[in-house]
Amino acid sequence: MDVLYTIFIDPFVQMAEAPDFLLQVVWEGFVAGILYALIALGFVLIYKASGVFNFAQGIMVVFAGLSLVGLHEMGVPALLALIMAIGVMAILAICIEKFVMRPLVGQPDIILLMATIGMTYFLIGLGEFIFGGEPKQMITEELGLPTGSTAFEMDNGGLVILQHIDIAAAVIALIMVGGLAVFFNRTRIGRALRAVADDHTAALSVGISLNQIWAIVWFAAGIVALATGIMWGARSDVSFALEIVALKALPVLILGGFTSIPGAVIGGLIIGIGEKIGEIYWGGLVGGGIESWLAYMIALIFLLFRPQGLFGEKIIERI
Amino acid sequence: MFYRETGQFKTSYTADQQIFPIRQDRIGVAIILAVALLVVPFVANEFVLSAIVIPFLVLALATIGLNILTGYAGQLSLGTGGFMGVGAYACYKLVTIFPDVNVIIHILLSGFFAAAVGVVFGLPSLRIKGLYLAVTTLAAQFFLEWCFIRIPWLYNYNPSAAIEVPGKTLFGVLITGPAASGVARYFVVLAIVIGMTLLMKNLIRGRIGRQWMMIRDMDIAAELMGVRPLIAKLSAFAVSSYICGVAGAMFVFFYLGASEPAVFSITLSFQILFMAIIGGLGSLVGSFFGAAFIWILPILLRVWLPAMGFDIGAEAIFQMAQIIIGALIIFFLIVEPHGLARLWAIGKEKLRVWPFPYA
Amino acid sequence: MNMNSMLAGTLLAGLAASFAAPALAADSVYIQLPTYRTGPYAGSGIAIANGMSDYLKMINARDGGVNGVKIEFDECETGYDTQKGVECYEQAKAKNTLVFNPWSTGITLQVIPKSSVDKIPVLSMAYGLSAAADGTTFPWVFNPPDTYWDALSGIIKYIGEQEGGMENLDGKTIGYIFLDAGYGREPIPLLEDLASEYGFEVKQYPVAGKEMQNQSSQWLSVRRDRPDYMIMWGWGAMNPTAIKEAVKNRFDMSKFIGVWWAGGDDDARAGGAGAKGYKAISFNNVGADYPALQDIKKLVIDADNSETPESQLGENLYNKGVANAVYMVEAIRTAQEETGKTVINAEDMRVGLENLELDEARLEEIGLKGMISPMKITCKNHSGHNPIFVQEWDGEKYTPASDWFEPMTEKVTPILMEASKEYATSNAPWPEREEPCPE
Repeated sequence: MDVLYTIFIDPFVQMAEAPDFLLQVVWEGFVAGILYALIALGFVLIYKASGVFNFAQGIMVVFAGLSLVGLHEMGVPALLALIMAIGVMAILAICIEKFVMRPLVGQPDIILLMATIGMTYFLIGLGEFIFGGEPKQMITEELGLPTGSTAFEMDNGGLVILQHIDIAAAVIALIMVGGLAVFFNRTRIGRALRAVADDHTAALSVGISLNQIWAIVWFAAGIVALATGIMWGARSDVSFALEIVALKALPVLILGGFTSIPGAVIGGLIIGIGEKIGEIYWGGLVGGGIESWLAYMIALIFLLFRPQGLFGEKIIERI
Repeated sequence: MFYRETGQFKTSYTADQQIFPIRQDRIGVAIILAVALLVVPFVANEFVLSAIVIPFLVLALATIGLNILTGYAGQLSLGTGGFMGVGAYACYKLVTIFPDVNVIIHILLSGFFAAAVGVVFGLPSLRIKGLYLAVTTLAAQFFLEWCFIRIPWLYNYNPSAAIEVPGKTLFGVLITGPAASGVARYFVVLAIVIGMTLLMKNLIRGRIGRQWMMIRDMDIAAELMGVRPLIAKLSAFAVSSYICGVAGAMFVFFYLGASEPAVFSITLSFQILFMAIIGGLGSLVGSFFGAAFIWILPILLRVWLPAMGFDIGAEAIFQMAQIIIGALIIFFLIVEPHGLARLWAIGKEKLRVWPFPYA
Repeated sequence: MNMNSMLAGTLLAGLAASFAAPALAADSVYIQLPTYRTGPYAGSGIAIANGMSDYLKMINARDGGVNGVKIEFDECETGYDTQKGVECYEQAKAKNTLVFNPWSTGITLQVIPKSSVDKIPVLSMAYGLSAAADGTTFPWVFNPPDTYWDALSGIIKYIGEQEGGMENLDGKTIGYIFLDAGYGREPIPLLEDLASEYGFEVKQYPVAGKEMQNQSSQWLSVRRDRPDYMIMWGWGAMNPTAIKEAVKNRFDMSKFIGVWWAGGDDDARAGGAGAKGYKAISFNNVGADYPALQDIKKLVIDADNSETPESQLGENLYNKGVANAVYMVEAIRTAQEETGKTVINAEDMRVGLENLELDEARLEEIGLKGMISPMKITCKNHSGHNPIFVQEWDGEKYTPASDWFEPMTEKVTPILMEASKEYATSNAPWPEREEPCPE
């Protein structure tokens, strides 16, 4: 019975006893979820437009962040460095389209997936070659992002601490999602994008340039990567270890569906908050550190019941 | 001109169905085996054996294991590293629990533990496939990695969470542990890899292998023709994980010599997936090509780049090698998406009709 | 086909040739330095690699080597990856390295069993397997000046002093945040022993290698559990992230103590002003004012013969790299004295390491008096349990926060001897020491 108590009752007692702490946990989960969602957003953009599962999104985050910080270290003012970093992502997008996507058009998914993994190797090598392997500090203040924190005293004497940078991350993520939604639904290019996503050949036949669209999509994913790099870099450091964190976007995509932008956001939040609560209230029972696989397990269980994700199109073939 | 089967008549079904129906192929394989058995051990020094050839053979075996699952049965897996780890830890436990049994038997047995774990994590494949399945195998990978460090029983409560390989003998010759010579380990590894490859070749040619390929090519049609997806998919997971488990045990026992949980990380899974894809999915000889490409080429680059006069630091060479490998992966995917095995087949075809462009 | 196998044959032969021992000048010795300037742990690895190679370059430039014998060296990039570690080790072996510095706990564990067979001494300075300090069981492995268990006992001793005596540790809670790998796991048995002895409670916060930059759950748990002190066993990108999270969660930095590998300047700098007061235990001082370091600046960095940015000279991890090189150079010198040869080999190097003694006078001569403490390795004791001290981050650099003091050797030795015995049994047949230690 003790076992059942510690699993099913005790965690909830803990939550009820320290609501301020629960609030903090949920907030931290929320912020982590926003960051997962940003990475997932990059995946979704590319998957939607070209059906490529872009494994290189993680390294693009690192590469974008490194370009920004690296340029600043070379003496470029922060805002100019930001613009130049956007430029770097644009060049990268054009190169990827020209040298990888175009020659591989029409290949099976797994080949395209492999090509993005090849790109990951390439970019890791290139990034370390140019900028060196040491972690770099994000230029948070120079970019005009808020630092510091606000603490809210609770009735029971507890504290809930909100980092300004986290709030900024949430706001920026919201703006990006909103902007992308408007872009997809209201602009000419956005409509073309959706047409390409629906059917490549049909889109081609009505005069949409596939190459141009792909370059634009990769560029958009690059900008999302830059935003992610700045936010995550401000939380820890810009280093190549970040690339692995990006794998967390996979369960997020499973939850949200591979093609849905709101799905990426909601999936990110579910994973972020779920794994924090799981780790803090249940993780201790098995020695902690379950965060490394909990998200995947949540996704796995979810898949068994709803294989197309929360908002995904029903593309999965059932057997 | 030299490579032509004209005049080689088959007079029985057995002869027609043999693994290498063309005489030149048989001669070629015999030469390769002769080189592997008689030349490599005497020419290669300790470095080439321990750091290049042995890991190459072990990784090629793991690639065959993944190829069974991904190449033949069409189920994408990112959990190879985890399954290899299960084999390695199982073998370590077996060796400590039954120290008197021969280590080769342990290595062959340890694959069954990996197979059991593989079947459990293969269950979702009955409902999902493609990238979604990849995520479930990723769950297996991360969960197993966590187990390797969180279950101290697995590493006999070693304070460093490491497993170490005791010295074991075969026919009186030391084959594991630090004192075992490279040549002894090489022969054992070679024997196991050849044996396993032959076994797999026959499995794939047989009923079960054909079922896997049917499931891969079109599962619904396969089901209509009487293939049971449950059996076919789970058997693919079992066989694949068995091979990976054996390879994992060999990785620690014959190559690394001691290991920590980080060895069986996601990086290893990716490495092997690369080998399978670059080599060619659904090809056994491709598994060897892929392993050679991904394992040997970077080492050669790291050795030869400085020799070619690039006077740069060790880390710059490392990075250059990585850039070149990345670019080559993309290049090969563009030139031949079906991998090196396909290039090999095209080359053979060209040789057959040479000097004419068409047969 | 035929062509192919011939090609393979020539390729192998060529390969074999390219790894044959390099033709060294008659008066030089070769050392390979496995380093990592890439990968997730590069943040810690680069400074160390620079420190090691700069000191060796300086010795070659200033003194023309050790007693006229030049030290040839090159780096081998491991990326902190055990697979590459094997490759580097085999390469080092083929090129007859004098000594192997794995610079990774995982790689150390791998090469320890090989070292006695290949007769290459392994110098794992203050890392690797703590039990290897037992020279009777591990004649080929050296981990001076202190083991991880010394570090932990030193930290506990320091905490006890802060609390006004070891008896006041009773009822306290000490949190232990660590990299969830062999490295971070090793101190746990001793930590638990000490906890039951002094009556404090231990809370463990493991950080998985791939989650190094995502530590908010760990630090939320810290906030909930309110430990009185935090001890950190971190490396690479884990350290700056942990310090940032600690600042964010308003943990009292003066009660946050890292092991020496969590004492990088960049690690603490990441925490900004809030990181002031962060502590790390250390076996070396920081600063570039020591004569030897000035020589490095003059002869190596200013001569544009180094990858070191000038600001890095004298930083904590850089000086640790220098210390590692000092041990190597001094061991070569000792080996030359002991054997009477000038060009020594790896087996002589082991003799040198085993008789290595750096007293105040010798440190003064080297020009590093005060940077590292005097130390001595004996046949039986390959670590020495030498004095250590606590450093404090003042916002710009580390400053000493305590005097040099002895770790709790009496607590460490029994558990160490037991562990080394266990290692030998689980790796049976473990080779006996060839020549017994003099009594």
